Amino acid sequence: MEKKTIYLDNAASTRMDERVSEAMKPYFFDVYAVATSEFGYSLGIEARETLDSARAKILSALGNPGGRLLFTSGSTESSNIAIKGVVKKLSEKKGKHIIVSKIEDFPVLNSAKSLEREGFKVTYLEVDKYGFIDLNKLNEAINEETVLVSIQHANQEIGTIQDIKEIAEICNRNNAIFHTDATHSFMRVPINLNELGIDLLTVSAHTIHGPKGIGALYVKEGVPLAKWIDGGFQEFDLRAGVENIPGAVGFAKAVELIPEEENELLQSLRDYLIEKIQKEISDTILNGHPERRIPHNANITFHYVEGESITLHLDMRGFAVSTGSACFSKSLEASHVILGIGGNHERAHGSVRFSFGRFNKRDDVDKIVEALKDVVGRLREISPLKGEKRGKK
Amino acid sequence: MKFPYNEKVLEHFRNPRNVGSIENPDGKSTEGSPACGDMVSVYIRVDDETKKLKDIKFESYGCASNIATGSIITELAKGKTLEEAKKIDWKEASDALGGLPKIKTHCSVLAVDGLRAAIQNYEEKHGLIKEKIPTTKEIVLKRLKHVMNPLAGLDLVRTNLVSNIEVESGTVKVEVGLPEEHQFANNIREEIVEKLESLWDVEKVVVKFVT
Repeated sequence: MEKKTIYLDNAASTRMDERVSEAMKPYFFDVYAVATSEFGYSLGIEARETLDSARAKILSALGNPGGRLLFTSGSTESSNIAIKGVVKKLSEKKGKHIIVSKIEDFPVLNSAKSLEREGFKVTYLEVDKYGFIDLNKLNEAINEETVLVSIQHANQEIGTIQDIKEIAEICNRNNAIFHTDATHSFMRVPINLNELGIDLLTVSAHTIHGPKGIGALYVKEGVPLAKWIDGGFQEFDLRAGVENIPGAVGFAKAVELIPEEENELLQSLRDYLIEKIQKEISDTILNGHPERRIPHNANITFHYVEGESITLHLDMRGFAVSTGSACFSKSLEASHVILGIGGNHERAHGSVRFSFGRFNKRDDVDKIVEALKDVVGRLREISPLKGEKRGKK
Repeated sequence: MKFPYNEKVLEHFRNPRNVGSIENPDGKSTEGSPACGDMVSVYIRVDDETKKLKDIKFESYGCASNIATGSIITELAKGKTLEEAKKIDWKEASDALGGLPKIKTHCSVLAVDGLRAAIQNYEEKHGLIKEKIPTTKEIVLKRLKHVMNPLAGLDLVRTNLVSNIEVESGTVKVEVGLPEEHQFANNIREEIVEKLESLWDVEKVVVKFVT
């Protein structure tokens, strides 16, 4: 049964582009030295220059805002450094209050919870039915003791894009540091840091066809950050450890490889999928906002059926997607995002996330919708809810 | 390809047996609720003379292990007497499927509970419950084990949310350790009432949310 998987879980991770792999190769086999200071030996100097040039390329994709870009092991680490690094440095002076949204991804949410256990006061901002935070509520919650606000740019599950420009302004006005997790929006939605008052921004390579194990944290000039990993003086003396130069090269290459039209293409595939599902399958809801969402994400609830059953049936037919159903997760907890936007368990139970990437074709949409029609139809056939709720009994 | 379940489970998931409902069934039950996660309905047709299960059907709003367990227990139960069928437990169902992941116990237990509840429903309807046992705290607690805590995906008792139970002259009072305005308070209240009001000597069910 060796069939090629039709992969529509690009929000979780992507297939690396071969050109990224080619770009990385020399830094395993030829320029394998550690990045030395400018007084080191030539191989080390070359390594350092490579690292700096990778850094510059990523900064340029963010609008060359000045400040620093720290390479990390991925967005989980970036968000941890950002949140814990800032409060460690500032909370003594400023206060012990932080603000996050209720629908943050786990690195931010669980960093906040961990600080809460240490005695911090955490405001978890509610979101509306689309996943937007209420700016007035942010204004109300923010106070003199607020050290840090961490609100994601785009949501990992439903793709909703927050108004980070406004959020940043509120934070700046109130003298609070603003961090945003841009893991799911970086390179998919324009981010010009010169126009946004963002202090810290988390990005990652593996969500844009780059390698796993590398991410970055942008740190604006003057933003105080405690040293994260003790050891040598790498990464501006903020994160010790031998630099992941092949990773950084791969990350920069992945950034370079995204042409502007790619996002339009992904959006057209995504829109085609939504349109087709809405036309051909009854009783569905699109979770998130119809327009203000990242171009490659669709999240749909299929009523009366459970998500793990859908994904397993699809898996057996060669499709990879994910669901917000409790049954699918390691923790057996339903998606906090779907519950956060006011959905009940039933809505989370039958929710499926489809996320597109470079290697998807229009044909993939036709195939998955065909499969979905059959799978959802069969599961509804055996569902006890079909009669009472679909008015067929 | 690597799937999260063994071949037998997958086969029952792909082609579940005895699926659907029975018109005017002799016994019927629904376990779980959509507000909390999985849900299973079981319908039975019983031979009044032999007390054997002539026909059994199930419906599932659940994950793969829920569907597969529903399928296997209907196969196991069909043709058995009610007494025999009552003895089918999760272990037997799981063994017949060649093993289920432990974390999925909750989803698969639901189908087993569904079968037992359908038989009980038949017995209640046909006056076969010989001894009418007065409702006690223990009986209430046992029933509350079938009310899910949606946040945990586990029942109220196991998640320590039942803070007090009082049974007095036909009135059952249950205290739940959640705020009144909790997003699932109403679902939980409805389910508690549904599970307790069918007890023969219960006239009123009062659910209080206390934190």
